[in-house]
Amino acid sequence: MKCFIGIDLGSTTSKAVVMDENQDVLGRGITNSRSNYETATRVAKQEAVIDARFTLFRRMLKGNVEEFLVELERAFRLEQFVEQLAHLERTCMGNATGDRFQDIQAEVREALDVVFVRLREEAEVLFAPGAKRKSDFFRDLAGSRYISIAEDVAKQVGIGYDLLVNLYDRSIIEVENRPPDENLKEKFTRALERLIQQGGAGNMDPAEVEKPVREALEVELEETYVVGTGYGRVTLPFSKEHIRSEILCHGLGAHMMYPDTRTVLDIGGQDTKAIQVDPKGIVENFQMNDRCAAGCGRYLGYIADEMNVGLHELGPMAIKSDRPARINSTCTVFAGAELRDRLSLGEKREDILAGLHRAIMLRAMSIIARSGGITDQFTFTGGVAKNEAAVRELHKLVKENYGEVTININPDSIYTGALGAAEFARRAVVEGDAGVELEGAA
Amino acid sequence: MATTQQIVDRCQELYDDLNFTAAREWKEGAPGRKVVGFMPLYVPCEIIHAAGMLPIGVLGGGDQLEVIQGDAYYQSYICRIPRSTIELGLTKRLDFVDGMLFPSICDVIRNLSGMWKLMFPDTYVRYFDVPQTYRDDVAGVFYIQEMKELREGLEELGGRKITDEQIRASIAVYNENRRLVRAVYALRAKVPWKVPSSEVYLVMRAGMLIPVEEHNKILADYIAAAEAQDRPMRDNCRVVISGAFCEQPPLNLIKSIELSGCYVVDDDFMLVNRWLTRDVPTEGDPLEALSHAFLHYSQSTSPKYEENVDEKGMHLVRSVEQNGAEGVIFAAPSFCDPALLDRPMLENMLDAHNIPYIGFKYAENSGQMQPIREQAGTFSDSIKLWSEQ
Amino acid sequence: MNATPTKPARPAKAPIEAVKDRSMLKQKAMIAGHYDRLTSAHEQGRKVVSTFVPGNLNELIMCFDLINNTPETNAIQSGMRKQSGGFITEAEKHGHSEDVCTYVKSDLGMMLKGNIAPNGKPYPNPDLLLLSYTGCFTFMKWFELLREQYKCETAMLHIPYQGDGKVTQNMRDYVVKQLKEQIIPTMERVSGVKFDIDRLREHLRNSAKAENDLVWVLQSAKNRPSPIDAYFGGIYYIGPIFTAFRGTSDAIEYYDLLRGEIAERVAAGKGPVTPEGDMGEEKYRLVVEGPPNYTHFRDFWKMFYDEGAVVVASTYTKVGGTYDFGFRHDADHPLETLADYCMGCYTNRNLPQRVEMIENYMSEYQADGLLINSIKSCNSFSAGQLLMLREVERRTGKPGAFIETDLVDPRYFSPANVKNRLESYFQMIDQKRKGAKTEAAA
Repeated sequence: MKCFIGIDLGSTTSKAVVMDENQDVLGRGITNSRSNYETATRVAKQEAVIDARFTLFRRMLKGNVEEFLVELERAFRLEQFVEQLAHLERTCMGNATGDRFQDIQAEVREALDVVFVRLREEAEVLFAPGAKRKSDFFRDLAGSRYISIAEDVAKQVGIGYDLLVNLYDRSIIEVENRPPDENLKEKFTRALERLIQQGGAGNMDPAEVEKPVREALEVELEETYVVGTGYGRVTLPFSKEHIRSEILCHGLGAHMMYPDTRTVLDIGGQDTKAIQVDPKGIVENFQMNDRCAAGCGRYLGYIADEMNVGLHELGPMAIKSDRPARINSTCTVFAGAELRDRLSLGEKREDILAGLHRAIMLRAMSIIARSGGITDQFTFTGGVAKNEAAVRELHKLVKENYGEVTININPDSIYTGALGAAEFARRAVVEGDAGVELEGAA
Repeated sequence: MATTQQIVDRCQELYDDLNFTAAREWKEGAPGRKVVGFMPLYVPCEIIHAAGMLPIGVLGGGDQLEVIQGDAYYQSYICRIPRSTIELGLTKRLDFVDGMLFPSICDVIRNLSGMWKLMFPDTYVRYFDVPQTYRDDVAGVFYIQEMKELREGLEELGGRKITDEQIRASIAVYNENRRLVRAVYALRAKVPWKVPSSEVYLVMRAGMLIPVEEHNKILADYIAAAEAQDRPMRDNCRVVISGAFCEQPPLNLIKSIELSGCYVVDDDFMLVNRWLTRDVPTEGDPLEALSHAFLHYSQSTSPKYEENVDEKGMHLVRSVEQNGAEGVIFAAPSFCDPALLDRPMLENMLDAHNIPYIGFKYAENSGQMQPIREQAGTFSDSIKLWSEQ
Repeated sequence: MNATPTKPARPAKAPIEAVKDRSMLKQKAMIAGHYDRLTSAHEQGRKVVSTFVPGNLNELIMCFDLINNTPETNAIQSGMRKQSGGFITEAEKHGHSEDVCTYVKSDLGMMLKGNIAPNGKPYPNPDLLLLSYTGCFTFMKWFELLREQYKCETAMLHIPYQGDGKVTQNMRDYVVKQLKEQIIPTMERVSGVKFDIDRLREHLRNSAKAENDLVWVLQSAKNRPSPIDAYFGGIYYIGPIFTAFRGTSDAIEYYDLLRGEIAERVAAGKGPVTPEGDMGEEKYRLVVEGPPNYTHFRDFWKMFYDEGAVVVASTYTKVGGTYDFGFRHDADHPLETLADYCMGCYTNRNLPQRVEMIENYMSEYQADGLLINSIKSCNSFSAGQLLMLREVERRTGKPGAFIETDLVDPRYFSPANVKNRLESYFQMIDQKRKGAKTEAAA
């Protein structure tokens, strides 16, 4: 099956979208960004391909398949995790050489052995049916457990705990930057077999599921064309004709989600973009504020740190206020000082936060106005779009200044750039610039 | 007799009113009336008054106006006054204004005159270019013609001729206004505890929004009320404020400076009402009189070229001496080219005369007063300590 | 014992010099000669006058055998030689605000650090500051600051602003009177040379000759492909006419050579020359508003020609005089023509005139769009550019882009930001063209 892939290398996360010829999204993948962009690209792509496989499973299976698919995914993730643990173990062992380890190499290896045995045991539990994981990223899951276990083991074996931690720190980066093993079919097959063996096919009859799944696995997902995007400072690991600017990808992605959208606002971690798109999703105008992080996601991060709360708690706190304080500046550098000053003057936390959210949205409104204002429909993307207080302020400001406008917010808006890139990939082939012909194209 | 509180409350009402209700009511008071707005620094209001029109000072939106549309017109490294002025225009708060004058104060306001022409094509818009050279036979000739063109423009706007006699009469009224303004400033310098600067500020701002005759009455009443009022004297140091001649500081900033132990005995807020330092003659050709006064009896300020290098900054030195001040506070809006570029030269002159100073930047919507209080407070303390030695 | 003589250090491998045209060589020699004359002026018994590029009365200055020094071009030299950053920080250390013009700070900083010209010798103290107050408020403060430093004579020439978009007789008379009554007498006194109006006429005739050829060169960009880049290349082309050479036979020769070279390029159908040789295929034709960045000049230029983008017309190349709308220095009305020259400089025109000029360029030079390079420290250009952008887009229907840099402060040029916005803009134009093609085909 022909697939068009879009990759968006962001500063915090890297995303990928796999799309078929009919513009249907088959799969989406996300991973934490890393220093090796090649690897980040491959990992994100692989995650999207995995997701695409599940879409194919869904298409091939009949009946109430969700429970089974959840189990299958769980089993598959376990296979992945175990494989990565093996990588990590090999790498740690390999790094346990040199002066520091001269006299104690045997002990260190012994310790590592024990640690990884325990990690593998825990893995089964971590990925047991119904278990909740705090993150989907290997680094998060393995890291905290390794550190914890290492402390015990180090004592037992009688070597320095810091040695083991040091090994982990050095090795995890290597592991993350190594290109992923791409033999998904094998992993899926192992997962399927394990599941059936353990009787975990849920409500489905093993005989009924095995065949369609194996058939689905045989479908070749051809990477017909790939388009990458990402901020300018990244040297993207693609050749020129496979790159589109992140502004264009973002605009087109928003159009794919909401074909009637004309104005798009994206408040990212470090920049704010206001984009005007035409009915075909092509950018007509844009304004960015990328010289100053005021009012962007990172600013909220600092505020959250200052107040010692989680980022996700800011919105719910702010929304409680009905008397937002008047905040005149959202300078990130002075965020802490401004906050402390106002608290000491007796202002309520909720009111200050509400004022801050208003100030952020005012700033976004300026940038939008510079790009040409808001034309119905208006799409709001980026992490800040998940913040209910920010969204409330936005609704107010839009109504006051532009009247009745439909405001679109998609919980999956983090994939907007990658989606746009995938569509560019598709258009490149379908409209014939890519030098690749679709079979049977008119 | 009205108390200072009553007078100041009325002025505060005018100051807070971003809809310019008083000016609107004046306009509706009789058919055919016109209103002409002007931005800092100086325009000859006498000519507008002689046309039977009301001149109003448009000094930005202050700290109570949220700028939403205005920000679409300016990058972040430009001061706030032009964006809040555009905001006032776009939100129809100035829809009753028939003409706008943009004096030659800096490039931002200069360019704003062109923007205003594009954005509000039905308004009479004029860039008012005052001379930066001071010979009557060269600059005077140019300036008189400039004023003639303004006069002609206002004649067309108002649909009637403006006679020399009318201008002379207006000059007389504005002479009186200037005298009264100077009297308030003199009183404040003499007995600053009776004449708080935050009050003076509001009284002066009021003058930007109402007919000059009414303002003359307010000024006279305020002088009488302030003299009569008993207020405790404080051990404050006396300062001159310089740099705030265009984008205005929030009222809280002036209050903060006073609260931190300073009496402001001179300032350059809204120089228009005392731009001409002497009475303008009310005989002879009025435009020649205004030109001569402008060229020879004007205030010194950053946007104005100082021909004599030895005079640069001396206006501050003289102000300090004449008003018994002990130091200077340079308060300039962020990004203000005239004030910020000028400051090192003014500081050098103050250094040469051993006059202490501090400086900071503000915006018309600054909310953070704590740093201002700290700086001004420290300054005040250091002056008192220093002078005790 | 004899020490072995040390060989002089060899410079690192010299970069391959692009074949230099004769006009380039001539210009280099002119500039070198000028700096030599300037730095040895007092030794040679000559007097020096400093003035500004907008309102540069070189023809008049030469009547008094004065040497013309333009601090703006000195700041440009500092910028291109990567010295301005250090000068600016020095000036800021001495109390100059971060918010103000970086030309001024570079100049003051250079003075604080020895005031050394590009030829390694110190600049002379000026004998006269000719404060040609044209199109920029900061000029007044700049020379007040220099006057304080040098304690020298300063002559103010107030050039009225075209507030209503036209030059009136009153404005002209005022300038002429200042010249007669104030400027010329001062220059006579400082130089010891009596004013001879016929000398002035001679210089003005020379100026007009050079201006004809300059305009021919600027208008050659109407060709497809354009044989010149009217912004980056343009900086070199306006050099002689804007500085100490207008009115000299050197300038006539330079522009004659240049015209010949460009004529050859037109005949051969060639695009513009760049630091890396001839530009490839012309893909985008742009009009640019605003000064360039000098600290990253080459890198900035490269972002254009790498994409096949050529600037066909720019407003900055009119900042020292506007010649492409018919004005020539007129020897028959020597003082009036000097007045008209000054008042016609780009930044002395009102905003509506500037918009019209850009609109005219967009159509006359068949541009694909307008790019505005907004300079942080230059309010004269920058205040109002956002409105200009929208107004030009509205009138021409062509897309505009907005980037933000600075003249000579390297801290305000972020290659990633600029590249990101430029690439997005070029791709936007591409996509619009594709869209138009598809519609036409349908």
